[in-house]
Amino acid sequence: MGTQGLALSQPARHAAPVLRAVPAVTLALFLGPIAAGLGGTLAPAFGWLPAIGGEAITLAPWHALFSTPGFTATLRVTITTGFTATLLSLGIVVLFCASCHGTALFRRTQAMLAPMLATPHAALAIGFAFLAAPSGMVARLLSPWATGWMRPPDIGTVNDAAGFALIAGLMLKEVPYLLLVTFAALNQVKAAPLMRAARTLGYGPVTGWLKVVYPLVHPQIRLPVYAVLAFSLSVVDVAMILGPGNPPTLAVLVVRWFSDRDLAMWFPASAGALLLAAIVLGSILLWRLGEGAVARTLRPWLTGGARGGSGAALAGAMTGALSITLALSLAAVLVLALWSFAGPWRFPDALPRTFTLATWAGQVQELAHPARTTLMVGAAATVIALALALLCLEAEQRFGLAPGRTALWLLYLPLLLPQVAFLFGLQVLLVRAGIDGTHGAVIWAHLLFVLPYVFLTLADPWRAIDPRLARNAASLGAGPWRVFLAVKLPVMLRPILIAAGIGFAVSAGQYLPTLFAGAGRITTLTTEAVTLAGGSDRRIVGAYALVQALLPLAVYAAAIATPAIAWRNRRGLAVA
Amino acid sequence: MRGLSLRGAAVTLGERALVGPLDLTVAPGAVVTLMGPSGSGKSSLLAWICGTLDPAFRAEGQVTVNGADVTALPAHRRRIGILFQDDMLFPHLSVGGNLAFGLPPGLSRGERRARIAAALADAELAGFEGRDPATLSGGQRARIALMRTLLAGPQALLLDEPFGRLDVALRDRMRRFVFERTRQLSLPVLMVTHDPDDAAAASGPVLHLLAGGAVRREIPDEGVPDALPA
Repeated sequence: MGTQGLALSQPARHAAPVLRAVPAVTLALFLGPIAAGLGGTLAPAFGWLPAIGGEAITLAPWHALFSTPGFTATLRVTITTGFTATLLSLGIVVLFCASCHGTALFRRTQAMLAPMLATPHAALAIGFAFLAAPSGMVARLLSPWATGWMRPPDIGTVNDAAGFALIAGLMLKEVPYLLLVTFAALNQVKAAPLMRAARTLGYGPVTGWLKVVYPLVHPQIRLPVYAVLAFSLSVVDVAMILGPGNPPTLAVLVVRWFSDRDLAMWFPASAGALLLAAIVLGSILLWRLGEGAVARTLRPWLTGGARGGSGAALAGAMTGALSITLALSLAAVLVLALWSFAGPWRFPDALPRTFTLATWAGQVQELAHPARTTLMVGAAATVIALALALLCLEAEQRFGLAPGRTALWLLYLPLLLPQVAFLFGLQVLLVRAGIDGTHGAVIWAHLLFVLPYVFLTLADPWRAIDPRLARNAASLGAGPWRVFLAVKLPVMLRPILIAAGIGFAVSAGQYLPTLFAGAGRITTLTTEAVTLAGGSDRRIVGAYALVQALLPLAVYAAAIATPAIAWRNRRGLAVA
Repeated sequence: MRGLSLRGAAVTLGERALVGPLDLTVAPGAVVTLMGPSGSGKSSLLAWICGTLDPAFRAEGQVTVNGADVTALPAHRRRIGILFQDDMLFPHLSVGGNLAFGLPPGLSRGERRARIAAALADAELAGFEGRDPATLSGGQRARIALMRTLLAGPQALLLDEPFGRLDVALRDRMRRFVFERTRQLSLPVLMVTHDPDDAAAASGPVLHLLAGGAVRREIPDEGVPDALPA
């Protein structure tokens, strides 16, 4: 007994101070840059940035911002696209779950989500542009037999002023993301027995689900929905590729000004970035109030006894909507591949006249460098995020810390704030520290976005580890660190690798953090693809976007395959 | 024919026969008890009767309620109520909201309120409308669950080990509470359980599930020698 107690307590005493500090250090690493970055954007928004001659507090940047030609249109399209994309995505997800739960398609959908989520926004957006543009695949398939077009029509199917293409491009990623978080919430609320109770009380499947299951799911997906809203309102790369060009969305306008040769444009840009932050926070608040209003309006319906029908028509419509979303994503990646191997390809031919490896042969040298950077930055950010997340979770368990709702909000903070609002200020600080444009700075900037996803992916499985395993190991004489390394980590191999795959995909998809922290000197596949997307050679753009799409997918696939191979002789750890 | 009838009812999981084939009629107001150990397929039989059987199982046979064949109907149109071991009160609704959920649509506000108040009074929980179900005791929750089921106006009631989660002291009271009301309403009741006391309280025919799915009727004072051990 005596030696056992010794083995248990001694390492804990040594390790405790370091481990106990990990959550605080993580928060500092994580919130420090955001707070500093916001401050660094705030000062120039009011004219203060001595490095470029701003030495007086003034409202001039705001005047410049508000008197920009087309500013009203910019605001309008920013807000309408942000809200429409979020409402439509959430609507499809909720109605799909309500009408198709319990079907074979519903179960299969879960498996199809991972590859869609691993594909970066920019690659999907470029592929979607290749599909929907006037000279794109859809027009080619319909021409000339249905449309009579012998040359690309002069219509704005992409970069349209109303932002329809932007909304569609956003939905391609937001629908699978919201589906994923809804599936996770459904597992938490034990939806199946609740549904059985509702069905046997006479409720149709759709009405029953909306009345009984959704009210429990809603609070669980609230923060992810806010993150989607914030992202839709402030996205840069997708808006540059698919959004309106002139006037653009506010986020794109601000980034254009920040990249202007005339450094004086940084002042109105900072004001615009702050305005965007205010719009995003105001929108989240408005959404929250809207949730309350909807809930109050629907309360009488909830207990009014209306049973609803079979919902077969809705199930059909939602199956269709989801299938179109999935098919568009797949088609977007395929059309990238098609262009990268295309020889001469005239409008309105549906296929290139010949296929060639010329594009790849010509680009392989240029591709290798950003691909290496993407891999290196992604791997470093992912490994650091994994280490921090695992140590935080271990500290939480060992010291009985109970993270509250505040911790969850803090974790979501980088996803709820517009990236432009703090990345510019952060860059100013990085310049002052002399580390801008270094790989370290880029990795740190990526970490802000990788860490929340990695932590959220690991937290539930970690907290679900059977405590008897650790207790048993301890009673066999293993100290807490040995339990951590020899019991918990191996048992967690699968969730850890899934988190790694997700973390890498998040890093690989980052556009703005790479651009700002890298000071334009560090290029990844994403920055290259987005820069090239404005150009005219679809073959080269297709090649870059395809590699950009496939690299995180390959990493994710490897992450999924590893535990299956490593644990092939361990049925207790088999993939369910 | 009044009551709940099963004809040629059989549930299989893969190659394994769980229950049946079984022919059975439960008269209005009567309680038939089906006994068998956990995992023997009793609950699957009930799930099939009320239309919520997991697609992993296969079932055949016919279910009729008051002469109407409901086998092809979806769960929500069968009008067969079921009570589980877990009360499955909806946590986002108040006690009154849970009861209102069971009531049919088309009643006036006043009528709804009156019927809920009457149901609460009947459950000896008068004035509990605004309470959060999470603040109720196990016995109170079980009574609310029964009331919610009865307010939906079922034509037959299934009980899936409904008293298993209650304290032993509460069980007998709850049994009497349930069976008094089903008799009053002339509901045919099919109960599955592994507790012989449940069967005794039901004071109706008792069937025992045998290995291989066969079902044998218990002859009072003799028992069933080859029944699966409960």
